Amino acid sequence: MGKTLFDKVWDSHVVDSVENGPQVLYIDQHLIHEVTSPQAFEELENRDIPVFRPRQIIATADHNTPTTNQDLPIKDELSKKQLEQLSTNCSKNNITLYELGHKYNGIVHVMAPELGITQPGMTMVCGDSHTSTHGAFGTIAFGIGTSQVAQVFASQCLLLPKPKSLRVNVNGCLKNGVLPKDVILYIISKLGTNSGTGYFCEYAGSVFETMSMEGRMTVCNMSIEMGARGGMIAPDEITFKYLKNRQFAPSGSDYKNKVAFWKTLASDKNAVFDKEYFFEAEDIEPMITYGTNPGMGIKISDNIPYESNSSFLKSLLYMNLNAGESLINKCVNYVFIGSCTNSRIEDFRVAAKYIKGRRKAENVTAWLVPGSKQVEAQIVEEGLKDVFESAGFKLRQPGCSACLAMNEDKIPKGEYCVSTSNRNFEGRQGPGSRTILASPLVAAATAVAGKIIDITKELETLELT
Amino acid sequence: MEKFTTLSSRAIPLEVENVDTDQIIPARFLKATDKKGFGDHVFRDWRYHENGKINDEFILNDSTYSGSILIAGNNFGCGSSREHAAWALAGYGFKVIVSSFFADIFRGNALNNGILPIQVSEVFLKTLLDKVSKIPQTQIEVNLEEQLISISDTSQSEKFEIDAYKKTCLINGYDDIDYLLSITNKIEAFEARKNN
Ligand code: SF4
Repeated sequence: MGKTLFDKVWDSHVVDSVENGPQVLYIDQHLIHEVTSPQAFEELENRDIPVFRPRQIIATADHNTPTTNQDLPIKDELSKKQLEQLSTNCSKNNITLYELGHKYNGIVHVMAPELGITQPGMTMVCGDSHTSTHGAFGTIAFGIGTSQVAQVFASQCLLLPKPKSLRVNVNGCLKNGVLPKDVILYIISKLGTNSGTGYFCEYAGSVFETMSMEGRMTVCNMSIEMGARGGMIAPDEITFKYLKNRQFAPSGSDYKNKVAFWKTLASDKNAVFDKEYFFEAEDIEPMITYGTNPGMGIKISDNIPYESNSSFLKSLLYMNLNAGESLINKCVNYVFIGSCTNSRIEDFRVAAKYIKGRRKAENVTAWLVPGSKQVEAQIVEEGLKDVFESAGFKLRQPGCSACLAMNEDKIPKGEYCVSTSNRNFEGRQGPGSRTILASPLVAAATAVAGKIIDITKELETLELT
Repeated sequence: MEKFTTLSSRAIPLEVENVDTDQIIPARFLKATDKKGFGDHVFRDWRYHENGKINDEFILNDSTYSGSILIAGNNFGCGSSREHAAWALAGYGFKVIVSSFFADIFRGNALNNGILPIQVSEVFLKTLLDKVSKIPQTQIEVNLEEQLISISDTSQSEKFEIDAYKKTCLINGYDDIDYLLSITNKIEAFEARKNN
């Protein structure tokens, strides 16, 4: 029987197997940040265990950082302490840290790929569930808990049962204005939020084969929202080209050898998956969510469905929405373009394309938060910042920001926020906040109109590339 | 880690599906640099109204119910990988969580913190929820060795699955780090092979 992409990478990283138990998986690259690492360092210290392979760890500060005045001291005492703790832990243990203000600083899942740290065929972990993002490179990448962070510190390995395999195929041509975010929101709305539990998902088909790396990252990022541990896309010419000349990617003859190896990673033709789904690109339209989990999504022009179970009703009550209602013309006062799902340069290009020549609506507070210092610099370089500013938008500094609202970027209670992030849980963007997930295009259109509009009416005439 | 073999306790019925880790412990409580005190904030936004007043309608605030077993709806622990959720539940005093489905990362986090996640059938979950809701004094018995959860004084019980390795860890109170450190030579040999 043939092997899947996932099998190939997983099997080549198995150090050992516990009888009747999990396997010992070797981890090539470990990413850490300020929120889920301190207790792991503490655990090691308490047990007097050294960090086993500090050179295979990269740290960044992102979850808890302010997105304005990053050059000034941090006001929030607890956040400040957490960041200082990260610096202390990294310097004590010889771990490379891209701290606040560093030119490589950014959201962990934005900065590592853009620096070429993420490479095909690797195993990668981070104490953050959206580590699945890196799967866009044909990498086994997944989020872990803090105990596991400590395990990787101690041994560069994890004890895990091998997940099952799932493949989601989307074939055909996406309509103009239908973005990778819509593709993944569509898939999750069809499959539900726990269809992937216990599985690692591979995305295949012409839609992904022609998608940019940024788009693939958006898709893989949200694999966790259908319960899957991670998502992967077979590396191809688009991947190789993206990696070429990145700071930490292999170069010269090393690059050539690596490419030859990376080409072997695709799933074999006769590989069998435990579960497989097929979708048509033509069926996908711009999506929005109406509820409090990412599976509660509809085509922007559709009405909210009718369901009678108590979780569904609780969710609509929280959102102050009704079954059967349309979201079109719903007034929205907050828009967030950012998060590791949609804060890469392409996302800001799309938003800028739409915004150019228009103005932000008076009622809207819009937060545009780049995923990294490098994205921020590119936004300036490409003149997008000017486009945003002349339309009345302000660009903030990089970080997770309103995606999880740990810093001061919080959506007020009761307010709707059209957000390009990945989770619409109760209170995710601040206590009582109501999140509507969408693509950067829908977010930009909402910011301009001050309400949700039926973007499908404009799609044919929109120029996005 | 504390050892776990058997438990007999009353239980708290939380009839909500898709309880995500943002609800178990909201992000604003993640600023700590140690594991202490999270129990005080478990389900914070469900336990308290915004004005700081206790929400009497939330089950954890209903003194009729108590115990170190939480029985929750389908798909418990979805969302963010934050282990703070497990610390918060453990800190509050829960030793067992019962649901018909657990999110992957949460399940692992729970086990790494001495909490036993027990996955039961939809039918048995409903039986448990009904019984405990109606008769709060009901004792639930958990036997890890036999992998059995039962309702005391009835014949109602169900077997549950647990990874053999994890079971041994819980029963003996040791964790993955202990195991991984014991095979350092194998890990080094793997690295040597890989770099060649
Ligand atoms: S942007 Fe949001 S989802 Fe991504 S790493 Fe930060 S908090 Fe997590």
